[in-house]
Amino acid sequence: MKKISTIARIVVLEMIRRKDVYVMFFLTAVITLLLGSVNIFGEVGIARYLKEVCLTLVWLFSVIIAIVSTARQLPAERENRTIFPLLAKPVSRWQLLLGKFCGCWLACLLSLALFYSFFIFLSGTREGIWPLLSYLQAFWLHCLFCAVVVALSLLGSVVFSAVSANVTITTTLVVFILLLGRHLHRIATRIQDLRGRLLEVIYFAIPHLEWFDIRDLIIHNWPPLDLLTVVLDTAYAALFSAIFLVLAWLRFRRQPLD
Amino acid sequence: MNTSVPVISGKQVVPILELHGLRVEYPSREFRRQAQVAIESLDLTVQRGEVFGFLGPNGAGKTSAIKVLLGFTPATAGTARLFGVDVRQPIARQHIGYLPEQTWYYKFLTAEELLRFYARIFGIPRGEREERIGYVLSLVGLGAARKRLIRTYSKGMQQRVGLAQALINDPDLLILDEPTSGLDPLARMQVRQIIQTLRQNGKTVFFSSHELGEVESVCDRVAVLKQGRLVALDAPANLREPGETSLEQAFLRLTAEPADNGEAGA
Repeated sequence: MKKISTIARIVVLEMIRRKDVYVMFFLTAVITLLLGSVNIFGEVGIARYLKEVCLTLVWLFSVIIAIVSTARQLPAERENRTIFPLLAKPVSRWQLLLGKFCGCWLACLLSLALFYSFFIFLSGTREGIWPLLSYLQAFWLHCLFCAVVVALSLLGSVVFSAVSANVTITTTLVVFILLLGRHLHRIATRIQDLRGRLLEVIYFAIPHLEWFDIRDLIIHNWPPLDLLTVVLDTAYAALFSAIFLVLAWLRFRRQPLD
Repeated sequence: MNTSVPVISGKQVVPILELHGLRVEYPSREFRRQAQVAIESLDLTVQRGEVFGFLGPNGAGKTSAIKVLLGFTPATAGTARLFGVDVRQPIARQHIGYLPEQTWYYKFLTAEELLRFYARIFGIPRGEREERIGYVLSLVGLGAARKRLIRTYSKGMQQRVGLAQALINDPDLLILDEPTSGLDPLARMQVRQIIQTLRQNGKTVFFSSHELGEVESVCDRVAVLKQGRLVALDAPANLREPGETSLEQAFLRLTAEPADNGEAGA
């Protein structure tokens, strides 16, 4: 466990010392505040509009942070050859993978904490209400989303040799699931032939990342989710993260390092 | 060539490093192309306290053998053991230090942070850790630059950081891959001095190098590889034939390609 936490700590330290997260946070703050300062259409519910813009940016940047920071971890270790002195120590490959996963997920959590603090402050000061339980649920489900994406990106980094290929494919997959995942089953039931069955299989095989997205609940100030839903979502994220990590390990454990 | 395990007063001494019937093949990525054989059947043992040179021309299989020893590449056949433990077990690497040929260490860390990271991996207790970091950094001459980010280091300093990380756990076996590659003469001399110090402390050093003069001056035994096969294994002085004045001449003879019949008379 100590080896895993040591590797994770280095990943987080790298994230803190790189400028990527700060740039994205700065962009989110600037864009949101800029849009909040003008009311072109005389919109009455400007606070909701602002919340939607801010949350969309947070989701967009969280996808970028989770995928890009994870995708470059193992290829950078190979390219700079730091993987050799590291694996020449008493560290197994599953410990390295788990350390990278924990580090990347922790880095995402820290980034999300920064983004959500800004969002909560912004929406709270605009609307004058503080539905903290809903915000906490949104934050936690977003963290779970990041866990699945980080595990998926880590799997991609041991399958694809180029970082760009991994980033492109993982991003496409995540965006596809977020946008179309919930509609697949409906489409599948309308198609009666083999294509319909195939779509149904895909629907049940993919991780439904859209289940972690409760932006609408936050934007429209709907009541929070019940505890059981959050627990089931947590178990669902843990299951898919574990599946992706096991697949990554199966691929990585005997892979020659060149 | 003597590769057998020595017996001291009826009790078998476990060699620090042993390779038996090692074969390494790299599968071809092209369809129906035969796998490339990097190492044929290789048998080798290194005893405690030895400084062992691992020589061969480029592509002879030295790096492949080192990669198998460190668990980076799986052996196609045969066994590889460190301290009597199969190299596939991470615990086999608990008492070794490894210096790769060319590595760019984490640029966002200072030398001190890098060594702390590796020391934590080895599970060195906190108090001992800081003491050890100070010792190895002063040993490699980086005491003054310990708080500087590694990205600001010169190539020679990077190599010395590499040596420091290889020594952080006070290893019983040090595996060095081209330790003096790219270093200036002064830094080379320092590396040689460090190897000598380690030998005096009873440590085992296994290193590959193309600097034959250096190998001759520090090694107890050397192994010469050619096209994946062991062609010589002995003390440097014993490898020389009458008339040969240096290890380099012996090395050139041992690794020379056989002359093509058609060109022999040319």
